[in-house]
Formats: sequence, structure tokens, C-alpha cells
Amino acid sequence: MRRYRALAATLASVPITLFGLILITFLIGRVVPIDPVLAIVGDRAPQDVVARTRLELGLDRPLPEQFIRYVGQLAQGDFGRSVMTSNRVSTDIARFFPATLELATAALLVAVLLGVPLGVYAAVRQGSWVDTVIRVVCLSGYSVPIFVLALLALLVFYATLQWAPGPGRQSVMFDGMVEQRTGLLLVDAALAGEWEAFRDAVKQITLPALVLGLSNMAYIARMTRAFMLESLQGEFVVTAKAKGLSAATVIWRHAFSNILVRLLTVIVLTYAGLLEGAVLTETIFSWPGLGQYLTGSLLNADMNAVLGATLVVGLTYVVLNLLSDLMYRVLDPRVR
Amino acid sequence: MPSRRALLATPLIWASAFGPAFADTPKDTVVMAKRIDDIISLDPQESFEYSGGEICGNVYDKLVNPDDDDPTRINPMLAERWSASDDGRTWTFHLRGDRKFASGAPVTAEDAAFSLQRAVILNKPPGFIIAQFGFTRDNVAARIRATDERTLVIEIAERQAPTFLLYCLSAAVGGVVEKRVALSHAVGDDLGNGWLRTNSAGSGPWVVRSARASEVVMLDANPSYPQPPRARRMVIRHVADPAVQLLLLQRGDADIARDLLPEGVKAARADPRFEVLAEAKASLVHLSMNTRHPALAKPEVREALRWAIDYQGIGANLVADTYRVHQAFLPMGFPAAVADTPYRYDPARARALLAGAGFPDGIDLTFDHASSSPRAEIAQALQAQMREAGIRLTLQAGEGRQVLTKVRARQYELAISLWGADYLDPHSNAQTFCVNEDNSDASTNRTSAWNCAWADPDLTARALAAVKEADAAKRIAEYEAMQRDVMTRGPFAIMLQEIGIAALRRPLTGFRQGPLADRTSYAPIAKG
Repeated sequence: MRRYRALAATLASVPITLFGLILITFLIGRVVPIDPVLAIVGDRAPQDVVARTRLELGLDRPLPEQFIRYVGQLAQGDFGRSVMTSNRVSTDIARFFPATLELATAALLVAVLLGVPLGVYAAVRQGSWVDTVIRVVCLSGYSVPIFVLALLALLVFYATLQWAPGPGRQSVMFDGMVEQRTGLLLVDAALAGEWEAFRDAVKQITLPALVLGLSNMAYIARMTRAFMLESLQGEFVVTAKAKGLSAATVIWRHAFSNILVRLLTVIVLTYAGLLEGAVLTETIFSWPGLGQYLTGSLLNADMNAVLGATLVVGLTYVVLNLLSDLMYRVLDPRVR
Repeated sequence: MPSRRALLATPLIWASAFGPAFADTPKDTVVMAKRIDDIISLDPQESFEYSGGEICGNVYDKLVNPDDDDPTRINPMLAERWSASDDGRTWTFHLRGDRKFASGAPVTAEDAAFSLQRAVILNKPPGFIIAQFGFTRDNVAARIRATDERTLVIEIAERQAPTFLLYCLSAAVGGVVEKRVALSHAVGDDLGNGWLRTNSAGSGPWVVRSARASEVVMLDANPSYPQPPRARRMVIRHVADPAVQLLLLQRGDADIARDLLPEGVKAARADPRFEVLAEAKASLVHLSMNTRHPALAKPEVREALRWAIDYQGIGANLVADTYRVHQAFLPMGFPAAVADTPYRYDPARARALLAGAGFPDGIDLTFDHASSSPRAEIAQALQAQMREAGIRLTLQAGEGRQVLTKVRARQYELAISLWGADYLDPHSNAQTFCVNEDNSDASTNRTSAWNCAWADPDLTARALAAVKEADAAKRIAEYEAMQRDVMTRGPFAIMLQEIGIAALRRPLTGFRQGPLADRTSYAPIAKG
């Protein structure tokens, strides 16, 4: 019974968190010293167009009234229209978010598949030259700004070695070839059986996913190493060794299993961070993702788009946190 | 756990699987790398942004078109000839009979009337360019009408300089839309606006194939155009980072790069594979001085500020290649533009002017500027230069629209502003830099002069008279005089004119940039 009560409390916190997010984002949007009308009518519009648009948007109304109106729209699934793209914000999010989801998932795969083994290896060989190299690589991956890494990657792998294609989500030749079903280009191309387009999409995503993945790999590897060092000093590890178990069994079945719960939190939070949209990576690789959309909207005072995208990011965080909570319960018997 | 050898081999596996299979762009397709995240709409009666205007200019033909080499001449486009009544109020345009829309339907006077009426009825940001001739939602159907398939009659409220109407009709907002297609996609009373934001119904050399905001716009050659473009397709890709634009050009994945920074321009100039085009654009960088500030209300103080700027130093060291020194309100490339640059850096003279105005110890001002390049660097340079003249600036960096919001609310002291002309007639800029008929906060005509709280009845009257002047030579002379007067009396320090840079991958030819966005032409582009 206590178990279900805890779960219900976690679920109940979701709408409260989202409401808080809507309120704060809305207020920030209204107090920034940028006239949202300018975003709609442009810098050079005559005053009568400015005044008319202000009335149409209801910006002459008191702030609480504007907020209630906005929440009412949201309740009907209406995020409003983006002035930057002229589309409904929901349409834009349906287009930009899958691009981010695809890139974030690919980057997370790179980060986890490289970061976890490297972290474990560094911990097992603590103090050796391998450990030092891994730590230096992780430190640089963590401290080199991602835009530098991205530009360097383009310079080396695209411009010099010519191994990777240029920026963009797909080549010009394949543009419009794949019918959009899920918005995930790789999935849509596979579903449509467009294998040339699929191969092109894989090529296009490889470099940005590697750059983004490597920079996140550094964090995951560092955390894995720290957790493993602690775990390897546990008495259960000494016992396992004393029982004559193989090194691999001691490391993976005993030491690693014990860090899994904490590592999962790190991975989930990394994923959430990636889904927020990696603005700089998306900008340099001309990747039409949520990060670019959100930043562009912010700079253009396109408040409907900012609010809509922020809500999606917030919802992603909440859902992933919830997922991580639920997985805790599955993986750690003490939490049950 | 992967072996060290496997880890080392990963890049090689990657390389053998995916590359090197990247060739130049296809022969019949031109790829342009450009920032296009400013596009809000591709509807000619709505678009008022640089990138949107440029695409509209290539997709929609207008009734008339200024000559590319001599903008004082206006050439026929969809109209083969035109005439005005003796009182100058009724204009009759005779359309050519041989022009067709991309759908294959002929361009008629009804389409032209519909398009101009649409500009007024929709009342989107560029609508005033047509509406300023006395049209309203209520009267526009009667005053802009087709009398037969090839005759269009436009009745304006009062006599204006003949070229004023023609230049306004040549702006992107005057693009002729196919009425049947627009109305077939209309939702409610939007006259097809929602659909035309990402589609097209024009008779220009190009047709919008697809448009995705902040990603790509693809244009196909219009087969119905008299001289169809030599390329079959034009792909305009959003590439935000100028360094990446250069990389794309170097690798042959882009044929044209449009937003290179000075270092990129230098690299492209040094590479024999590229040709760099530089054309003056109708955008000016200037200081706005709020005359509500007691010191800035004095003409001597404003004059002191103008002498405290190292125009040449900024032009040569901060914005070489992308801006050039210009001090008049009409940019070069415009009819009547004057090239005089009387102001130079003279801090001693500026100090003397300040002392004469009652400020022997100098003045303190806050200075609002956009935090983006190059305005941030210019602001820092100005702070150092003006300090020598006793003008102490406190910099207040902000996002571009934040600064604009303050300027439009007249809540600033000194600000760096950017102004782009709306259409090719001198009145476009004379209106904003000279006219301020109502300096109150309730004014509905908020020009740049109003933003500075500066009303000069003489210049206001002269600007309003010049727009009606029928004698072309006299009109030009008057605009030249107004520019010199604003230079010395106004609340502005006009510093720079933007240069449009385009780096082309040889042997691509035929790309031409105009002073206004909609004057940039893709049609003659050919790849070798």
C-alpha cells in the first residue's frame, strides 16, 4: 500500500510541476524588456499595425487575464501560432522535436556505449597510464566547448579527410523524398523502404551524434569511474574475490550491478539534457532541432513558441524523471 | 569490453563505410548557404523580412521594375506601358499579353488589381507601401480596378511624384499573385495568405517547391517564364554559422555563401576557386540621439558627437568588407544619394563644440547597443573614441529587439540603430529621417525622427513636398539638399552602409545582388 502511495505522490507532482513551469515561463516572457509585437510585425511596421496587433494579442489586458486566457488555450491543446514560422507551435514542435530526439538518442548511444566501458576500465586500472589517458580525455571532452569540438570535427572529417558529409539533416538530393510519418527521419526512411535516403540520413547524423556523444561520454565515463571506484572497495567485492570468482564476474556482476541505479540517474539526466536541444551543435550542423527553434524564438521574442517549446522540454524532464523513479523501484529492492 | 585495437580501428571502419562519396552539387541545381531564419512569410503582400523579400522578388513579377544598372530608370515588367491623367491622380497600366503564371494561366489586369487590393485589405507590415496612396479596405476595390483583361486603373488620393508610385509598385508588396490560385486556398477571409506563406502563385522566374522555416527553401524554375532560369532548381539552405558556410563552399556542397564574416571573406578572396561579389545594400548603421536629453537637445552637442567618431577607423578595422563609411540618409544605389562624408574624427573640435554648448567638462550618456557583432564592437570603439572628446558613454548591451523596444519607446539617451529602406524611392528614407508631424507620445506616425523626439518643421514640410514634386530633376536636388541638412542638423550620426557579400564557387555566374532584398536576382545564375 505504501508503495502505491509513493507512486501516486510522484504522479501527483507532475501537474504541479508543469503548472509552475507554465507560470514562470509565462511571467518571464511578459517581463522581458522586448516588445513581442515587434516580433510579429517586424522592425519597420507602421504604428497603426503595431497598435492593432497589440490589441489582437490581448497584450493590453491585465497580466492575470492574459495568463488565464493562455492556460485556457493550452487546455484545448492550442499552443498558439509562432510568429517566426507562421505555423501552429504544435506543428513546429512536431517537426523540430523528432530531429532533436533522433540526434539525442544517437548521441546518448555513443555516450553510453563508450563512456560506461571506459569508466569501468579506468576504475579497474586505477592509477595506470590507461586510467590517466581516459581521465585526460574525459577532462578535455568536458572542458572543450562543444562548438569548438563541432567546428574541429567538421574541419577534419568533412573538409579535410572528406569522410563525413556536410551539415544538415539530409542531403539536397533526398529532400522531400521520405514521407513524414513519425518525424524521425531514420525511422520514416526505413518504414518507406527508401534505403538510399536511410543511408544518407545515417551519414548525416553520424558526425553530430559523435560530437555530442563524445562530449557527454566524458561526463558518463567520469561518473562511472567514480561510482566503480567506490563499489570496488566494498566488502562484497572482497568477498567475491575471496570466493575465487573471475575478475569479469566480480567487476560486472557484483561491482557494476551495484552502481547501476546511480548510473541510470546520470544517464537519464544526460538524455534529458540532450533532449532539451543542443543549441550549439544544432547551429553548427544546421540541424533543425528544438534547441535552434527555442533559441531563435527567444531572440525574436516569439513567446508562443518559447512557451510551447519550454513546456515540451519540461514535460520531457518530468517524464524522464518519472521513468527513472519507476526504474529505481524495479532495479533496487530497497526502494520497493 | 572492446579491445584497444578495435577502438583504434573505429574511425577507419566509419570512413570505409560512409566516404568519401561526397561530390559537388548537381549541375542543374544551385545551392545557396544563407541565414534564412528571419523568414516569416513568402506571401508578397505580407513578407517584410530580408530573406522573404529576396525570395518573393524572384517568384513574383511586378507591374514595373527599376533598372538594375540605373535605378533612376523604371522599366516595364508585367505592364508594357502606363500613363497618368492630367491631374496626376488616375494611372492606367496596360499589361503585356504574353506573360503567364507558373500554372500556365495568363497574367491579367484582374490578377494585378486583386494583388494590390490584397495588400491593403490584409494590412500586413508592408501594406502601407500601397495604402499610403489613400487606399483603405473600403475604397480599394473601387480605386484599384481592372477595366478589361489587360487594363488596370489606379486612382490615388492626390498627385504625387510620378516615380514615387512606380517605385512603390516595384516593391515586393507589388508582386502579382494569381487570383484564382490564391482564392482556391483561402481560409475565411485570409485571401489565401495562410497558404501563400509557404507556397507560391506567381509569374516570376521561380516557383516555390517547398519551404520549411529555419531549414530550407527550394525553388523550381518556372517553365512558363519567357527566359526560364538556366538552373533547374535553387536550394536555399539555412546555415547559421558563417564558418560552416565557408566550409560548405570549400567542399563544393554550396555554390554561394551569403553571410561570411570579414575573415571568411578574406579567405574566399584568397582562393582562386571563388569569386567574391560586394554590392551596396540599402541598410544604414547610425546613432540615434534622443533630444529629450537636455544635452542632446542642443544642436552643438549633436554636432560634437558627429565629430567624435572615427568613421574611417571603424570602417577599416572593424567592418572591412561588410560595411563602408556613409554619412547621408540615402544609401548609395538609391536615386539622389549623396556620397559626401564631411565628418571625420576630430576630438578637439568636438570638445570645443561641447564647451560652446555649456559643457566644458564634457557630458555623460548611456549608450544602448545590440550585443551582436558588429554593433557591440562598434559601441566599444565609440566609447573609447568619444572619451577623447569628453563624451563619457556607459554601454548598455542588449538583444537587438530589446534595444529597438527602448528606442521606439524613446526611453534611451544614445543608441546604435540599423535602418533598411522599404522601397527604392528616396521618400522611403526621407520620410523616416525628416518627417515628424506630431512629436507627442500619441503620434501614429513614429518615424526615426520621432524616435529621437526631434521635430524639424522645415525638413518635415520639404520632405512632404518633395514626394509630390513632379519635376524629376528638382526632386533629386531637393533630396540631396535634405540629406546635407539632416547630416548637420539632425539627431543622427549616420556612419556606415552595409555591403552585401556573396562568395561564389567558380564557374558559377549570373548572381546579382541589389540594394534592396527583392532586387537580388537568381534567374541569370548559370553553373559554367
